[in-house]
Amino acid sequence: MAFLDLLGFALGALRGHRLRTALSVTGVAIGITAVLALTALGEGARRYIVDEFATLGSNLVIVLPGKVETTGGMPFGGVTHDLTLEDHSALARLGRLARTAPIAVATETLRFQDLGRSVPILGTTADYQEIRRLRLALGAFLPSGDPDRSGTEIVLGAKVARELFRGEHPLGQVVRAGPARFRVVGVLAPRGLSMLGFDLDEAAFIPVRTAMRLFNRTSLFRIVAEVRIFAEMDQAKADVLALLKDRHRAEDVTVYTQDAMLASFSAILRALTLSLAGIASVSLVVAGVGIMNVMLVSVTERRAEIGLLKALGAPAPRILLAFLAEAVILAALGGAAGLAAGAAGVGLLAFVYPEFPVAIPLWAVGAAVTLSFLVGVGFGVWPARRATQLDPVAALARR
Amino acid sequence: MIELQGVWRTYPVGEGVVHALRDVSLAIAPGEHVALIGPSGSGKSTLLHILGCLDRPSQGRYCLEGRDVGTLSEAERSQLRRTRIGFVFQFFHLLARLTAQGNVELPMLFAGVPREERKARAAQALASVGLLPRAGHRPDQLSGGERQRVAIARAVVMNPAMVLADEPTGNLDRASAQEVMGVLEAMNRQGLTLVVVTHDPVLAARARRVVHLSDGMLADAPAGEA
Repeated sequence: MAFLDLLGFALGALRGHRLRTALSVTGVAIGITAVLALTALGEGARRYIVDEFATLGSNLVIVLPGKVETTGGMPFGGVTHDLTLEDHSALARLGRLARTAPIAVATETLRFQDLGRSVPILGTTADYQEIRRLRLALGAFLPSGDPDRSGTEIVLGAKVARELFRGEHPLGQVVRAGPARFRVVGVLAPRGLSMLGFDLDEAAFIPVRTAMRLFNRTSLFRIVAEVRIFAEMDQAKADVLALLKDRHRAEDVTVYTQDAMLASFSAILRALTLSLAGIASVSLVVAGVGIMNVMLVSVTERRAEIGLLKALGAPAPRILLAFLAEAVILAALGGAAGLAAGAAGVGLLAFVYPEFPVAIPLWAVGAAVTLSFLVGVGFGVWPARRATQLDPVAALARR
Repeated sequence: MIELQGVWRTYPVGEGVVHALRDVSLAIAPGEHVALIGPSGSGKSTLLHILGCLDRPSQGRYCLEGRDVGTLSEAERSQLRRTRIGFVFQFFHLLARLTAQGNVELPMLFAGVPREERKARAAQALASVGLLPRAGHRPDQLSGGERQRVAIARAVVMNPAMVLADEPTGNLDRASAQEVMGVLEAMNRQGLTLVVVTHDPVLAARARRVVHLSDGMLADAPAGEA
């Protein structure tokens, strides 16, 4: 029996029961749509975070004081040198680094008139603006110049400025942090939530030297550096390590790159997407049971037809194939409808929320198609076997 | 070509056993026209199913064209039905969703006959029952007599050695019954072995040989003069 003949016979049988066919196709379609929609959301979340990292600059090298890894031999905990502004100046001269910025951080209460607000204050330099791609709503960022200079400028995050000044124009105003007084030179544009757990809208920025004196720190919290050429990330990281090892006479800093963090975040979110897909595929199993039910009803209802086919000498394997083909066609039609509905739904979501990068990953399409096929075969086998095991005499006895 | 020797067919029913056929021995030669006659429950349908390889004797031997059907596998018996035996049923058993042409093509479809050949042979078979002009009609657009003639075309389209008809006119008016029997008898005259199950004595009288069944047993010896 040629494949096309088999297909034709199965299609003819399905056309005979339009409502039932439509219902089971709908069941599979809903399952496939659910798989696609949930994976698209998961994938969207992953891309959103990847994009978020990219706006922070994915070509960053970050230096922390202290060695995080433990290596064999000497136990960790020996002398740790401070990460100093001098270290930063030395790093800034490295050829592979385009920009560098030191960071000192502490939480202080900022006061304006009788209002106070506890915010994280970052001491840094002008280059930080470029490295973190900060945009200003008002004024300018910290003035460039010698990082050693103790200025009294302050730049406020959008939310800090809004809550501290309550509609008053902040530029040129004086705010107090502990004993020190700062003049507001700029306000950042609102940035929305940042995925790094650090909301820049709620922070304030002052010159690094001033910050270290104010916070009474001898060591920097971080040095961030932007690598000139992305492909030279690893060499740049090695350069930084080598320079600091030479300056400290010990390997007592940790250097990591933004893209390494990005990779691990991405992996975590991909696992999340996979588990969402797994949850969604439960609905496919339900759809499969639906197909099985439809096929069982069909086999019972078409006893006379099966009896006839047997009396006509149709070989059992071909009868099995004919009924299996019906189940697979149901699943395949459902799969196709589900793909269309899923794509349309995701398209609609992308249209309504253009800033959320939803997308159906290619592997999900492949998995959905494979799953619907497996559902058809898996849940079609049993009814089809029952069809071939029917006793033709009994099947023909009734009208 | 057909040889039954001491065939029994029993069904377990509850605690007991029902004997549908008791010690039936029967020989049918190629080209014969045999009527199986008897009251309801006499076992004539069971006998027909055994002849048609749809059922197997519980005891005894059934040889079709020299092959002992009882020893054949399901696939081999299926092949016998496909190539050597045609069935005609009281209730036609046409598939409602297929046209007359499609119904006649059905045995060839499952036998793997190529499409073009199927079309040609189905048309030929429909022509032989005088229904070629109705080839595109579905069963619900045909009269009872026409439906049965489509079923006959389907039964002979694989060129079988014999046709087994179970009450072929049981559901037809007298005129249609005449038509249908006319078609079957014409095929019988061309060498097709014909076995007709009926409880209509008028119909049975048209056969060259009548076999009476009663209570699962052959009631009398083959009547040569009938």
